[in-house]
Amino acid sequence: MATDILMPALSPTMEEGKLAKWLKKEGDPVKSGDVLAEIETDKATMEVEAIDEGILAKILIEEGTEGVKVNTPIAIIAGEGEDVAAAAAGGGSKPDAAAPAQSAPTPTMQAEGQASAPAATAKSGDDKANAPAAPAVITNKSPAPVMDEFPPGTEMVTMTVRESLRDAMAEEMRREDSVFVMGEEVAEYQGAYKVTQGLLQEFGARRVVDTPITEHGFAGIAAGAAFTGLRPIVEFMTFNFAMQAIDHIINSAAKTLYMSGGQLGCPIVFRGPNGAAARVGAQHSHDYSAWYSNVPGLKVIAPYTASDAKGLLKAAIRDPNPVIFLENEILYGQSFPVPKLDDFVLPIGKARIHRTGKDVTIVSFSIGMTYALKAAQALADEGIEAEVIDLRTIRPMDTDTIVESVKKTGRCVTVEEGFPQSGIGAEIIARLMADAFDFLDAPVLRVTGKDVPMPYAANLEKLALPNVAEVIQAVKAVCYR
Amino acid sequence: MDAANEAGQAKADSAKGLAQLGTVSGDAPTHAPAPNTPQFTREEDLHAYHEMLLIRRFEEKAGQLYGMGLIGGFCHLYIGQEAVVIGMQMASVEGDQTITGYRDHGHMLACGMDPKGVMAELTGRRGGYSRGKGGSMHMFSKEKQFFGGHGIVGAQVSLGTGLGFADAYKKNGKVSLTYMGDGAANQGQVYESFNMAQLWKLPVVYVIENNRYAMGTSVARASAQTDFSKRGISFGIPGEQVDGMDVRTVREAASRAVEHARSGQGPYILEMQTYRYRGHSMSDPAKYRTKDEVSKMRDEHDPIEMVRKRLIEMHGVPEADLKATDAKVRETVNDAAEFATHDPEPDPSELWTDILLEARA
Repeated sequence: MATDILMPALSPTMEEGKLAKWLKKEGDPVKSGDVLAEIETDKATMEVEAIDEGILAKILIEEGTEGVKVNTPIAIIAGEGEDVAAAAAGGGSKPDAAAPAQSAPTPTMQAEGQASAPAATAKSGDDKANAPAAPAVITNKSPAPVMDEFPPGTEMVTMTVRESLRDAMAEEMRREDSVFVMGEEVAEYQGAYKVTQGLLQEFGARRVVDTPITEHGFAGIAAGAAFTGLRPIVEFMTFNFAMQAIDHIINSAAKTLYMSGGQLGCPIVFRGPNGAAARVGAQHSHDYSAWYSNVPGLKVIAPYTASDAKGLLKAAIRDPNPVIFLENEILYGQSFPVPKLDDFVLPIGKARIHRTGKDVTIVSFSIGMTYALKAAQALADEGIEAEVIDLRTIRPMDTDTIVESVKKTGRCVTVEEGFPQSGIGAEIIARLMADAFDFLDAPVLRVTGKDVPMPYAANLEKLALPNVAEVIQAVKAVCYR
Repeated sequence: MDAANEAGQAKADSAKGLAQLGTVSGDAPTHAPAPNTPQFTREEDLHAYHEMLLIRRFEEKAGQLYGMGLIGGFCHLYIGQEAVVIGMQMASVEGDQTITGYRDHGHMLACGMDPKGVMAELTGRRGGYSRGKGGSMHMFSKEKQFFGGHGIVGAQVSLGTGLGFADAYKKNGKVSLTYMGDGAANQGQVYESFNMAQLWKLPVVYVIENNRYAMGTSVARASAQTDFSKRGISFGIPGEQVDGMDVRTVREAASRAVEHARSGQGPYILEMQTYRYRGHSMSDPAKYRTKDEVSKMRDEHDPIEMVRKRLIEMHGVPEADLKATDAKVRETVNDAAEFATHDPEPDPSELWTDILLEARA
C-alpha cells in the first residue's frame, strides 16, 4: 500500500524545517537507505533516507519550501506492484492521522516582545492544553519600550537569539585580540547548536578552538589563560556537562581574585544552553541558575530576548570577572527585535520591566518569561494587570526593581523552570520578606519546575515543567481571585 | 616513543639510583650517587645553597610559628624537596610562569617573592601576599609570575596548562612550569591537560614531585604505574625520572625540558624523585613510614647538605663563609617572622573587598 513520507524531526527541539532539495524524482524506484531529500534546520542540513521500498509516486512538498512542519507528509511511496497513479492520488491526505500526538493544530501564542511566533514547542503545546480560555491569537498589549536602553528611533532588526549571541561574540572578537572561543565543536562543526557559526572562518583556528571532550580540562585551561589576561569564552555544549568542570568554575575562576587579595582576576565567560530542551531526559535538562547564583565571585546572566542576549553577552565578555551566561536551547531559534547599533552593550545586574501593570508583579528570567508573558496576556483579559519583570541577571540580582514593583502591586509570583528548593524564587521571596514585607498584601508564591529529575516521557515531561496555567493560578491566588 | 623521549629515557638511566628507591613504606631507600652527574660551578653551588637554605629555614620557622598557634589551618612544609624547585628555577628565565598545589611556600621563595609577604600570609596578616585572605595554600604574585598556590589537588595542572596556552596564544616565548605531586598525578584532569598540551604543542613543563606519599598513601598503594615519567606516553609526551635530591641533576633535566617546551615541541614531563621530611601537613604524625626511612634520607641524601659538602670539599669555600650565609638566611627568616607576627590583621572591611573587579568604563 502507499506510504506517506513525513517531514522528520531531526533534533530534540526541531518543529519545522526547509525542504532544501529532492534527490529523487517522481517515478524513481526507491529502496531502503536511499537518500530521498535534504532538509535544512536552523542547526544543520540533514539527509532523509528512505525506509520503505517502492516507487516515489508523488512529491507533496516542492524543494525550496520553508517552514515545513514536522510530520507533514512530504511525499508518497507506492508499494511494490501497486498502481503508482492511484497511490499518488490516494496518499498524503491525512495529515492529522500522520501526527498522532496532535489532534488539532497548535494555535499561535505569541509572547510579547517576540518578533514572530515562536515555533510551537512541546512546551507551548502544553501551555495551550493547560491554559483555560487562552485565546488562539494574542496581540501585544504592552506599551512600547518600558525602559530606554537605546536611543529612541533606533532602527530595529529582527534576529534570533542564536544570531545575536554569535554577533555579540564576533563583535567583541573584532574589538580585542585577547578574546577567543573554546569548546567542543565550536570551530569546524560551527557549533553544536550553531551559535558559533562563521567564527572560525572569520577569526581562524587560533581564536576559535575546538577542544576534545574534556570539560574539566579545558575549563581549567581557559581559567589559567584568563589569569594571564586573556578573555576566553568557554562554550559548554550544555551546562549539564559543565558539572564536569564545576571545580574550575567555582574553585578556580570564582575564588582566585579574593584568595589573591585582588591581584589575580579571571575575565572569563562560561556560556551555553542551560535547562530543559525537549525530551532529552534528566541528565540533559537541568536548570543550574540557582547553583551558580549561590557563589560569590561569579556573575550570572540568563537572558530571554535576543536583544538582551546580545547586549549582555558583550558586557559579559568585557567584564573583568567570571560570568556564567545561561542560554536556552528552545530560545535559540526565536526571533526578537534587536537595536541596530555599532556597539550595543547592556548593564549587567539590571532587571528589565518587560510589561507594566498595577495588580501583581511576576518575576522571571530566560525561558520562564514565556510562561510569565503568556499568563500576563491571559490575565489582562480577565482584568488583572500584571507587571512582568525579566531579571536578565541572576547575580548580582536587581532587588531594587523587584521591590519597587512590589511596593506598587503588593503581590508577587516568581516563575522559573528550575527546582523549587533553594531556587531563584526562594531567593526573591526571602529578599521581599526582608525589604518589602510591609508592602505585601499576600504571600509570595513561586511557580517552578517540579521537584523531580526530568522524566523522558512526553506527558511526564510536560507535568514536570511549569506551565501558563500554573502561573495564572498562582497570580489569582495572590490576588485572592 | 619519539627521539626526544628516547633521549629523556637515556638521561633517566643516569638517575637510576634514586629511581630504585623502595616504593613501599618502610623500604630503606637505596641511593647511590649516579655516574656522570653534571657539575655546578662554585657560583652555581653557592646560589643553590643560599636559595635552598632559605626555603629550609623559612619552613622550619613556619613550623615553629604553627606550633605557637600563630599560623592556623593547613600548613604543608616543603622541607626535603628544596632541590626540585631551585633546580627548576635555575633552568628557567624571567617571565616563565610557575604554578603549583598546596605545598607552595618553597615555590614562592624560589620565584623571588618576599619572605615577609609569604610569612605574613601564613599568619593571616594584612601585609601578606593575599592581604591575609588566602593563607598557606593561596598566594600569588603577578610580578613574579607565580600563579598559586591551589588547594584542589590536580586543579593547578589544568590551570598551568592554561598558562602555557596563553603563552602560545601570545607567542611570547615563555614556558609554564606546572608542578604537581605524585598524588595529584592520579587525577583525571591531569590527563585531559596532557592530551591538550601535546595536541596543541603548548609550552608546559610538568614537574611531578614524587615525594613517595600522597598524604599517607605510598605511591605503590595508589599508582598502577609508579614510573611517573611514563605517564605521558600515551600522548607522546617525553618524560624522564630525575634524582630530585640533587639540584644539579634537576637543573640539567630542567634545562632539557624547558628548551623542548620553549622551542615549540610541546610539553615535557619530569618526575622528580624526592622526599618530604615532615608530615603531609602540620597535623600529620606520619605513622605510615618508619623513622629510619626518614633519617636515612636526611643523613644520606639531604639536598642542602650535599651542596654544603661540595662547597667545602670541591670548591674550597671556607666554612666561615657558609656560616655567614647561614646567619644571613636566619636573619631574613627572623625578619619575616617578626613582620608576620607584628603586622596587623586585615581591616574588617577587607571581608567585602576583592570579590569582583569593577568593570572597565
